Amino acid sequence: MFAGRTKAAIAIALLTAPLFVQIAHAERLVTSLSTHRVLISSNFTGTSLVLFASIEESDAPRDKPKKYDIAVTVRGPAATFVARKKDRILGLWVNYESRSYPNVPSYLAVLTNRPAAEFGPLELQTKYKLGLSFAAFTPSIVADEEFRNALVRVKKAEGLFYDEANAVTFLTPTLFRATLPIPATAPIGPYEVDVQVFFNGVLTAQQTTAIEVVKTGFEAFVAHSARENRLDYGLGVAFLAIVVGTLAGLVFRRN
Amino acid sequence: MSIYLPIAELPVNIFLIFGLGIAVGFISGMFGVGGGFLMTPMLILIGIPPAVAVASVPSHMAASSLTGTLSYWRKKLVDSGLGLVLLSGGMLGTAAGVWIFSLLRRLGQLDLIINLSYIVLLSIIGTLMIVESIRALWRSMHGQAPVLRRPGTHSWFHGLPLKFRFRQSRIYVSAIPVTAIGFGVGLLGALMGIGGGFLLVPALIYLMRVPTAVSVGTSLFLTLFTMLAATVLHAVENRSVDVVLSLSLMIGGVIGAQSGARAGQAIKAEQLRFLLGILVIAVAARVGIDLLTKPLELFSVISSEAG
Repeated sequence: MFAGRTKAAIAIALLTAPLFVQIAHAERLVTSLSTHRVLISSNFTGTSLVLFASIEESDAPRDKPKKYDIAVTVRGPAATFVARKKDRILGLWVNYESRSYPNVPSYLAVLTNRPAAEFGPLELQTKYKLGLSFAAFTPSIVADEEFRNALVRVKKAEGLFYDEANAVTFLTPTLFRATLPIPATAPIGPYEVDVQVFFNGVLTAQQTTAIEVVKTGFEAFVAHSARENRLDYGLGVAFLAIVVGTLAGLVFRRN
Repeated sequence: MSIYLPIAELPVNIFLIFGLGIAVGFISGMFGVGGGFLMTPMLILIGIPPAVAVASVPSHMAASSLTGTLSYWRKKLVDSGLGLVLLSGGMLGTAAGVWIFSLLRRLGQLDLIINLSYIVLLSIIGTLMIVESIRALWRSMHGQAPVLRRPGTHSWFHGLPLKFRFRQSRIYVSAIPVTAIGFGVGLLGALMGIGGGFLLVPALIYLMRVPTAVSVGTSLFLTLFTMLAATVLHAVENRSVDVVLSLSLMIGGVIGAQSGARAGQAIKAEQLRFLLGILVIAVAARVGIDLLTKPLELFSVISSEAG
């Protein structure tokens, strides 16, 4: 029994050892975002957040600075998306085939300092979800390349998927800046900003920060009413139509 | 100047929305149509999600048809009795339409049904109206009396029970076909995000033999009530009525509707029917071309919660 416990302890030590090693050599990442709350009011036309981050190297400074690679991924609230393909049926172009994708970020931006393909092998891109199509979907065995590509293409055209291969700028070899665009059509909800630092094709530091896109004031009130007090809201809009129509009738009658 | 729409969740140019409201309101007042069949596709074109466009346009139509109704009412061109009988069918039709709308949206074939209904209905009605009005214009050019109202001729539905006399319209018919017309118009209206006036006006003119001006006035009267009902039902059922969009459209709409109602009362009935026919055919052609030509992007992506 005693021997068993020792074995278990050794096993745990062996399992955790590589982790300790990695942490010991890992760089620490300090990030700062210009804001954590994007407020949507009636004059909202989109905004951008500025991210500053510094890589703190644990080992002593060396003569030749390390050349890091950075990937900043912004994910909006996840939703299920359906991609539909139009086909010609009896001469008419109608929706025919479709694929449903659960858990796709409704907003997605992947910003890097250079094309992610140059960070390292392809496995690195799939493992750390570098790039829109890797970050958007959970791995699937279904042959649906066409639909996935279409989803990314359509969302990109809508401005809700965004990638930029030189959006991360180094101010010093260890200090960098990235501008995260939040478009006017940005979905409401919690967002996640994931900063990954690579060196020689290996992840050396990572940090995730949360931001939130919320409606404020009148917009928040309207959205809340439309969702929670449906009947009152509907009657309210109908009443508004009557008031506007009657007022216009009276005004024009006098003219 | 742009303004953020809280339900559509995107900003729009406020002047563009006002402008659309005025233009469509003018057509609405002139022809006694709600104008939704023009407004809904235009809003979708500028990027408003279809669900929000379809649900928000009815309140705009309610406001413009109310001002139009007031204008026709003063000239005694609204048959409120006929309107109320139509309305009883219209309310049922609207409820059925909103329900089918949600169902089709889940099945993903909403666009197809809407487009096919547009093309079939609009081309038939448009063609009939143009042919008829050209004949009428031809006759009046040659000095013959218009023969649209033929007191001696009776259709099969004149034999039905529950007969009513509708004074302003100068007709004496059963309430059954009138209710059926109301139901059909309400159903298609809610389903297609349109007031259905462009169906109702020809139905009253050609099936019920109601004078053109009274058809327009009564259609506006009916549109007012069906669209108020559609607004409330869409708010409850689909939660996609955007009050900011609605109000912006309404304000433009009532201004346009007043001038439109004056213009409509100023021109001859045959000319009005001819112009409405052209308008109806033009919309059908546009939708038809869209369905028949290969789209640039074959794929569309929607969130399954919202769409």
